Amino acid sequence: MQKVTREVLLEKAKALLADGTVNRVLGWKKGEFTYDVTPAVFTTVEELDKDFVYGEFCGANFSKYLVKEAKKDGKVLVFLKPCDTYSFNQLLTEHRFDKEKVYAVGIPCDGMVDIDKIKETVSESVLGATRDGDNIVVETLYDGKKTVSREGVLAERCLNCKSKKHVYYDELIGDDGEVLDSNRFDEVEKLEKMSADERYAFWKNELSRCIRCNACRDICPACTCEKCVFGNPNSGVENKAISDSFEEKMFHIIRAFHVAGRCTDCGECSRVCPQHIPLHLLNRKFIKDINSFYGDYQAGEEIGSRAPLVNYTKEDLEPSEAVNKGDE
Amino acid sequence: MQVEEYKPLIVAFCCNWCSYAGADLAGNNRLAYPADVKIIRVPCSCRVNPMFILRAFQRGADGVILCGCHPGDCHYTSGNYFTRRRMALLFSMLDYLGIEKERTRVEWVSAAEGAKFAATMNDFAQTVAKLGKNKRLEDLRCRK
Amino acid sequence: MRKISLSNLDKLFALIAENAKLYIPVDGKNGLASFKLWEDGVQMSNALNTTRSAKDFFFPQTENLMEFKTQGKNIEIIDNRTEKEDFVVFGVRGCDVKSFEILDRVFLSEPIDTYYASRREKGVIVSLACGKPAETCFCKTFGIDPSSPAGDVTAWKTETDLYLKANTEKGEKLLKAVSSVTEECGEDVVEEQKKAINAIMDKLPLKDLSTEKFGAGKTKEYFDSPAWDELSSHCLGCGTCTFVCPTCQCYDIKDFNTGNGVKRFRCWDSCMYSDFTLMAHGNSRLSQKERFRQRFMHKLVYYPDNNDGMFSCVGCGRCLAKCPISMNIVKVMKTLGGKENE
Repeated sequence: MQKVTREVLLEKAKALLADGTVNRVLGWKKGEFTYDVTPAVFTTVEELDKDFVYGEFCGANFSKYLVKEAKKDGKVLVFLKPCDTYSFNQLLTEHRFDKEKVYAVGIPCDGMVDIDKIKETVSESVLGATRDGDNIVVETLYDGKKTVSREGVLAERCLNCKSKKHVYYDELIGDDGEVLDSNRFDEVEKLEKMSADERYAFWKNELSRCIRCNACRDICPACTCEKCVFGNPNSGVENKAISDSFEEKMFHIIRAFHVAGRCTDCGECSRVCPQHIPLHLLNRKFIKDINSFYGDYQAGEEIGSRAPLVNYTKEDLEPSEAVNKGDE
Repeated sequence: MQVEEYKPLIVAFCCNWCSYAGADLAGNNRLAYPADVKIIRVPCSCRVNPMFILRAFQRGADGVILCGCHPGDCHYTSGNYFTRRRMALLFSMLDYLGIEKERTRVEWVSAAEGAKFAATMNDFAQTVAKLGKNKRLEDLRCRK
Repeated sequence: MRKISLSNLDKLFALIAENAKLYIPVDGKNGLASFKLWEDGVQMSNALNTTRSAKDFFFPQTENLMEFKTQGKNIEIIDNRTEKEDFVVFGVRGCDVKSFEILDRVFLSEPIDTYYASRREKGVIVSLACGKPAETCFCKTFGIDPSSPAGDVTAWKTETDLYLKANTEKGEKLLKAVSSVTEECGEDVVEEQKKAINAIMDKLPLKDLSTEKFGAGKTKEYFDSPAWDELSSHCLGCGTCTFVCPTCQCYDIKDFNTGNGVKRFRCWDSCMYSDFTLMAHGNSRLSQKERFRQRFMHKLVYYPDNNDGMFSCVGCGRCLAKCPISMNIVKVMKTLGGKENE
């Protein structure tokens, strides 16, 4: 497999800019530290040379940015990791942007590192972190350099990666991977096996940390409504802050429900949550239920596929059966 | 002091074409069902947004039941099929969050099934009464 | 100056908690620390800072202002204020202590916000020096000395002991109340620690960040800067930075219809939200660029304009750690400030 490095991507970006295929590049811009890369649009070779980076912390899913980017003139180059391509397809399915305005280059990915895990397990003060084979060398402010196993600090979504296969690309760097047998539903099953009281206590504890910053909604590639029901003063449920524990439940149930059947399980919601609420466990519950009630379905796998919630069969199970099935 | 008997507050969303007519028939036939069942008429069971159900709980409902035409008999051909999927997922999610699964129910009641309507409501009210007040999905600000 | 052995912290906390509610930073899941009510058995966190700032104590995210009940043609107004209890916040870092000064200028100038004022009056702040500032810290940029933070009482923690020094009358009263478990001591150890902290501050990656280019009167210089386009281009418009920020003070007042009355509450609002400036006539800030610009101009220019040059940022670094796209005030200052600021 070709190793994806900054140089490889940079070369590709420059070539596509030079031959006029695209007039700008959606990429990662270097930050103050190694880990705080920002999504940015580059229009010149000089900008790319100066600030373009690619590394262990480039986890952001760029698909949603295309809704805005594709409205501009000319084609934009975007680098997509396998999981990003599912969101890309899902957005195409929902006619959220014109794919002719985008040049998608698929890049293989073997997981992204979670800076919060490094900060939690290695040191609160991290100056830099670089990859060394299967390890990450972390440069800390107080304890010098420390080496940790890369797997130990991989993001949760990458540990449970569902697919290394690109489901959309105009061009691919390296070889394509396979859809994987992941253990992504293990945590959901663990919760299902608990008693209702334990589950209630679990979620109460998790959701009580919510500060209603809406980052989970705003980053979500499936949440592309122009006006969210929770931001609409006429909806009757607009709530800028959580005044009662009911509102946190309502917000998170409805947020997950609104993307049920369309959520590709990209994991961006959990990545951006400042309070580390495992929001993916809500989305995965819906995915798991959909798979077991209506047959396996992976959102974004195919452009134009009909989402399970806008579909039906005459033999679907009854809601009462559904709840009991979840308990098994 | 006299202890007042606990009566659960139940919100029943009934589709205009079948279940609401079924409720009518139950009334015409003098079939008894609890007065604490508050019926909200909707054009189709499919009109019921998950938010409606959550908001009923927010405002103090102890149980929410959704009644529509039997699958295949929807006035709009397929509305209740969509309802069935949505509610299956929503109820499963509520259960996943540890909210008592007996508080929510979907029943198919036709315009001719006045007796079924009354029996369903009686049974649901009894089930919910056993659970007691809804505490896990209520908004404390809405308490009287 | 008084001192107490760390092994006796519980005794100190128990004594404080006898007279007032005591809040201390406590470790939570995944290294997230937050202020929690102290009770027997609750251990103090060693984390550098809490995820949410300490402004919650004086300006909570939601707060009930009043309640209305109607019966026939009568309307009853119910006072449901709760901010009348004495409390002590322990372990507030220098940046957060400074943030209270910034909030004071907003809430305690005429017309005085009595909810905030009452909490400020009832609360005692015990600050804690930062033994190990993080790479995201830049409080020095705003003239804060993390080695001797303000507050009613300042505390320094070493490997073995906690040193306490009162700065105000409230602080002296608190230290007097706990004098049975603390002992008088010299300042040598604390002076050593101060030196050590200052040495660290000079090594931090953001040590050279300067406010020189910003401040009162710079509106025209930066308002139309072309840099805002790029800086804001990928802002999600979420409220993370605002809600973790110790100095953001915007709020909304809303009525909640309970079905049997109305509860009027206020809650934090964010200038990053599209409906922040939504009014009957329409919206005065239509793009995310305008909203983004507002937040940073307010912190770096407008606030200093109205408050004798004081900036509305304390360099706590929370937005650096939490922004989903890693865009933050440091990047804004460096971009707008030009080369010299890098």
